[in-house]
Amino acid sequence: MMNNQGRQTDIKTAANLGGGSQSTFTGNQGLEQEELLIYEIGDNQRTGVDLRPVPEHKSRLGGLTRDNDIGLAGLSEPETMRHYTRLSRQNYAIDMGLYPLGSCTMKHNPRLNEKIARLPGFADIHPLQPVSTVQGALELNDSLAHWLKTLTGMPAVAMSPKAGAHGELCGLMSIRAALEKRGEERTIVLAPESAHGTNPATAALCGYKVKAIPATEDGRVDLEAFKSALGPDVAAIMLTNPNTCGLFERDIIEIAEAIHAVGGYFYCDGANFNAIVGKVRPGDLGIDAMHINLHKTFSTPHGGGGPGAGPVVLSEALSPFAPVPYVIHGTDEFELVEHVSEELGSGDSYGRMTAFHGQMGMNVRALTYMMSHGSDGLARVAEDSVLNANYVMASLSDVMSVSFEGPCMHECLFDDRFLEGSGVATLDFAKAMIDEGYHPMTMYFPLVVHGAMLIEPTESESKQSVDQFVGALRSLVQSAKSGDTERFSGAPYHAPRRRLDETGAARKPVLRWSEDKA
Amino acid sequence: MRYLPLSADDRQQMLEKIGVKEVNDLFCDVPEQALLKDLVDLPRHMNEMDVERDMTILSEKNIPAGKVPFFLGAGAYRHHVPSTVDYMIQRGEFLTAYTPYQPEISQGTLQALFEFQTQVAQITAMDVANASMYDGSTGCGEAVLMARRVTRKKKAILSGGLNPQYAEVVKTVTKYTEDITEINDPSVSGVEDLIGQIDDETSCVVVQYPDFFGNINDYSALAEALHARKALLVMVVTEIVALGAIRSPGTMGADIVVGEGQSIGNGLNFGGPYVGLFATRQKYVRQMPGRVCGQTVDADGKRGFVLTLSTREQHIRREKATSNICTNAGLCTLAFTIHMTLLGEKGYRHLAALNHAAAVDLADRLDALDGVDVLNESFFNEFTLRLPKDATEVVDRLADEGVIAGLPLSRLYPDNIHMKNLLLVATTETTTEDQLDAFVAELKEVLK
Repeated sequence: MMNNQGRQTDIKTAANLGGGSQSTFTGNQGLEQEELLIYEIGDNQRTGVDLRPVPEHKSRLGGLTRDNDIGLAGLSEPETMRHYTRLSRQNYAIDMGLYPLGSCTMKHNPRLNEKIARLPGFADIHPLQPVSTVQGALELNDSLAHWLKTLTGMPAVAMSPKAGAHGELCGLMSIRAALEKRGEERTIVLAPESAHGTNPATAALCGYKVKAIPATEDGRVDLEAFKSALGPDVAAIMLTNPNTCGLFERDIIEIAEAIHAVGGYFYCDGANFNAIVGKVRPGDLGIDAMHINLHKTFSTPHGGGGPGAGPVVLSEALSPFAPVPYVIHGTDEFELVEHVSEELGSGDSYGRMTAFHGQMGMNVRALTYMMSHGSDGLARVAEDSVLNANYVMASLSDVMSVSFEGPCMHECLFDDRFLEGSGVATLDFAKAMIDEGYHPMTMYFPLVVHGAMLIEPTESESKQSVDQFVGALRSLVQSAKSGDTERFSGAPYHAPRRRLDETGAARKPVLRWSEDKA
Repeated sequence: MRYLPLSADDRQQMLEKIGVKEVNDLFCDVPEQALLKDLVDLPRHMNEMDVERDMTILSEKNIPAGKVPFFLGAGAYRHHVPSTVDYMIQRGEFLTAYTPYQPEISQGTLQALFEFQTQVAQITAMDVANASMYDGSTGCGEAVLMARRVTRKKKAILSGGLNPQYAEVVKTVTKYTEDITEINDPSVSGVEDLIGQIDDETSCVVVQYPDFFGNINDYSALAEALHARKALLVMVVTEIVALGAIRSPGTMGADIVVGEGQSIGNGLNFGGPYVGLFATRQKYVRQMPGRVCGQTVDADGKRGFVLTLSTREQHIRREKATSNICTNAGLCTLAFTIHMTLLGEKGYRHLAALNHAAAVDLADRLDALDGVDVLNESFFNEFTLRLPKDATEVVDRLADEGVIAGLPLSRLYPDNIHMKNLLLVATTETTTEDQLDAFVAELKEVLK
């Protein structure tokens, strides 16, 4: 059933992948190597593992054995190594260059963290082992909790959420549980227009209606509009700070006081915590709940889209409603509270968010990162990330359009005014960055400016690296302004693929390999 | 500080270019009383060697599964992961890449996801799969929400054979939506009248396969009954190796299959990160949560891959999205795919057979002990024992003797007296003959 059967003379090469300008037999060009799917190179006989023979045994499968072919393709070990190595080379990555994705904090991922996470005492322990055999794991979670609470100035933290959006859900559920305990049914969550899409999606999952708050001319929450939206039906405000325009919300303390005055809670999206870590404690600003993306501020690898981790720090008012499980200090050892129960002191908890205890592997990496930096290094992280972003902004402000005056935090926002009349759109400009060897910046987000370009260099970049990046952008701006539209309209020219047909992909979705479509 | 490249000179030059005196001038929008004057009260930075030493000492306060005879499963399984897998996922091009939103320079991640989706669809025998969920339990919650979107009905019935923590997650995620979640009492025998519970309000029935207590049941009749009432069958597979040996959910008529993929390619990691598998039928694809990778062509007509159907997702649809999920399990899906590619059809089936054979051996030997009963008629690599004593006490005593004996069920059902003496035991291909001997001998000793 695999492609290698029959057709002995047909040598399968990547030249079969389509495209008109094939100049080599293989489809490869030097070190630019194409790679077929495992289903086009493997078969159902090959394997890359040696397993001992299966001993004689009586089947106890209840007569439900799987008899038909599954269709899996196998590869030997060297083929597997080569296949995925070749694929890896078609990716851009932090290890290869500056990754200016605003709001994503693509910083260096230290390999020490990887090494520590793989120690058998962390990697090879089961979540349901007797608690006496995993005291080190509970201590680690407790230590990480201490660092997070100290850095945020908050009294409690829920450690089980598995990603940022999961953390948002945790925060909003705590808020709803707290309101219900007070016997109040509120229906509205306020969120600024510039909010991440996860904010309204999470609010909806908690049964809330979202009301958008407009931004002011200077890219911040319109305090007057916010105050006039407040009322007894408002459960919370969800606000990112620093916000998605890369700006610190100057009125944040007043916002906190106003929401508290009407009995609502302040949820802070902590995606941009990198800008203020070690410098400002969200607890001092009046925040009730904030998730922390360990994969942003604390350098756990993005891994091509995950796994993340999103612990949520909570105020005194919300901490009784935190999800299970959590670690407590018992009389002579750490203990785990795994159930909602008055007797265990978790009677007000809104419940469980995930099986087991959360993203332990990510917690190990994050704590390793924190210990390496210490309080001094973390404050430096915030300062250098803010310095790098402002340096980019200052170095480009004469040729690109800065959206908001004044210093930014760890990311700087441009819009597309500087491209007016050039025939080059934000998307084309960003795709041309690929030809210069860069990953594009965040585009068309936040939605509050036209053709947004959000650049976050992070503290991991040297001055030399930032200077080169600035040079590349200045060169692109010059091309755009001088009418060299070709540099943009067809970009990228020098990537593993040219621009891909996303509309076609969505219209007729092909989501898996199958023999008839091969 | 080894991770920070800017020198004092660099910083000075950059401040000059920006036109400020010191870095705190850039924090001028922070309310004055909130900008810390001193460092927070935490230790200062440490060199690599010292961090490594401290963390190693901490790790040694745990007993790793590989050090002892180990028989614990219950949704997380200790399998052997080939060294190729862990090497490959640590390549920086995979490890340090973001979500593949720029497909021209993310084909590596995207093609691997396409292969992953194909593998998941194949092993579950479903039409399509997404690019993964956080883990099996959160995927289970998403499946219930999806069933409501598809059927426009609200009531989900959760089998008593579903992992109780999964049931709790479903209860939590539907707490403030309009869904009604009915959770059945635990069913150790695997016998339940689920068909009799279906009514016109039912959106779906969620069953686990093999179930939490290890039983393997045929859900074909349940699927038929559900489809007759325009409701869906959600099948949850927490030990994905099982599908190398037992009939596929797709052939039983499942509409959504949720899996915990940790067993393939991923370590125990004290419960996370894991990888949630999520597969469904083609006709429901636009109601599926999470990221999806699809095939397309580039401007030169070459085959390539992109994230697609994003109009379902939060960054486009905001409050109307199918889910609030943003990330997937990224690197854990890659580990899954690489391990599955190494296994192939032959290896996957062989691995499943080894797991089953070890469990059959252990079950026979334990069943022969005085006062110990295996409660299962059928099982794959995990089964339930009734002991003549409190299972928690037995497990604690065996832990003192250096054997991790399994899960005393009362840990997950603390208020259920019927669980007191029950122990859930698992084997895998990593279980050796010596470990089986040690377990049987020590258990005999403890039960004396």
